[in-house]
Amino acid sequence: MSATEAQAPIWRHRTPKTRLAIWAGWLACVALFVWCWEMMTERTIWAFVYDAPVAANDLLGRAFPPKWGYIDSLLWPLWDTMNIATLGTLLGIVMAVPLAFLAASNTTPSRHILRPIALFLIVASRSINSLIWALLLVSILGPGILAGIIAIGLRSVGFIGKLLYEAIEETDVRQIEAVTATGASQAQILNYAIVPQVLPTFYGISVFRWDINIRESAILGLVGAGGIGLQLQASMSVLAWNQVSLILLVILGTVVVSEWVSAKVRHAII
Amino acid sequence: MLKIEGLGKTYKTGDKALSDVSFDIPKGEVLGLIGPSGAGKSTLIRCINRLVQPTTGKVLLNDLNITDLRTGELRRARRRIGMIFQEYALVERLTVMENVLSGRLGYVGFWRSFLRKYPAADIANAYRLLDRVGLMQHADKRADALSGGQRQRVGIARALAQDPELLLIDEPTASLDPKTSRQIMRLIVEICRERGLPAIINIHDVVLAQQFSDRIIGLQAGRVVFDGPPSELSEDALTLIYGAEDWTAMRKGADEDAAAEAEEQAEAAKMMSAL
Repeated sequence: MSATEAQAPIWRHRTPKTRLAIWAGWLACVALFVWCWEMMTERTIWAFVYDAPVAANDLLGRAFPPKWGYIDSLLWPLWDTMNIATLGTLLGIVMAVPLAFLAASNTTPSRHILRPIALFLIVASRSINSLIWALLLVSILGPGILAGIIAIGLRSVGFIGKLLYEAIEETDVRQIEAVTATGASQAQILNYAIVPQVLPTFYGISVFRWDINIRESAILGLVGAGGIGLQLQASMSVLAWNQVSLILLVILGTVVVSEWVSAKVRHAII
Repeated sequence: MLKIEGLGKTYKTGDKALSDVSFDIPKGEVLGLIGPSGAGKSTLIRCINRLVQPTTGKVLLNDLNITDLRTGELRRARRRIGMIFQEYALVERLTVMENVLSGRLGYVGFWRSFLRKYPAADIANAYRLLDRVGLMQHADKRADALSGGQRQRVGIARALAQDPELLLIDEPTASLDPKTSRQIMRLIVEICRERGLPAIINIHDVVLAQQFSDRIIGLQAGRVVFDGPPSELSEDALTLIYGAEDWTAMRKGADEDAAAEAEEQAEAAKMMSAL
């Protein structure tokens, strides 16, 4: 009995080497945390931090109640913000759809030239935040809604393009093969075999991006690209915290509504 | 009609899928292509309409060499070759009618097909075909709303909409139950008889192949190892194609299936005559 017990192989989840490596990893994490903490405390003016509850209390006191009458001068900027988001999304879609077909490995007409270019454009668009696009465009086009629309459009290209080309690459090959076998041309194969398969994803992506763009366009005014962000900037610079709180409430309301709309639309098409 | 000469296919990975396959099919012949998985059955029928590009050999359809056609000519040749697929390969999100009409894509221009404005004759013919396969009332349903057997019928109608001279049929019954499989095979063979269409049916069910085809070709590791009428498909021949197995037991089971089905049909006939 005891002999068989002694012979039973010992099973461990990890080898001693992996266990040691995991311990070392955790140790390194703790060390990094301690070091970062040191850096942070060194460069923080603690007087301000000790003072934080008082400052926050003071700010909240000034912010409440919100100045409800200010809503009149918010409606137009809010409308502008929605337009920036919607037109920007449309602009993004118009540019992203051809890019996605050029970037998808199964639909690209040239694997070695156009595909890398399309992929690079998609990555470039994604790597720059829309606030930075807006900064650049305001200095080129001057302040206003147009800069905002183009900024949102340029940022959306990468998002929509990437998700769409991935959807195109994941289409069912057999359906494409079947349409090819009928003697269809490339354009007809695209129209009959690929587009029907990616259409629901495409609608989903577009509405999702529109929803994100509503949020992003609300802050573009901070750099002068139009919309409700302009009011936010103005109110903050004169320390009118009761106006700021109303603006934040309005933005929150808009985002909630847009999220509801996008959820409904996505639910309806999928 | 269709002549295949010394056809060979070696994939980029170095896998030799087909070597030196040659045979002719006269008009109206239904050919059953059998063989174990990986024997090259699918590759062979895909080489005929060049969904797969063969490495060597020729495919002659009415003396037209399909293997060296350029894009435009290949499209014109493809529209005369109807293909029916394993697991239907319908465009799931299009309607039944759109799927059937997609058989006409080789004949109509892009804008016509894009706007779904097909010639009246094509539409009338599509309705006739849907009626023939028994799906008249499902024309405007989306393809993914149909059952397996119904989807395969749409696949058949799509292939026939091409007005083909040859049918290529890849495992038509692979995902269907035994009864539906027989119905689909019967429908395919009936249609071939009606139109005098030659067909190559790639099928793994030996019993179905024997029951429904005029001639059987057995592939083994990319080579033709049997070519003859179904009656000559002896146990030795099956062992040559698939390797050793107890073939008598399998056939007996299948015979029972067929007998049960015949009985069922007799019952149905009796009920019909009683009405």
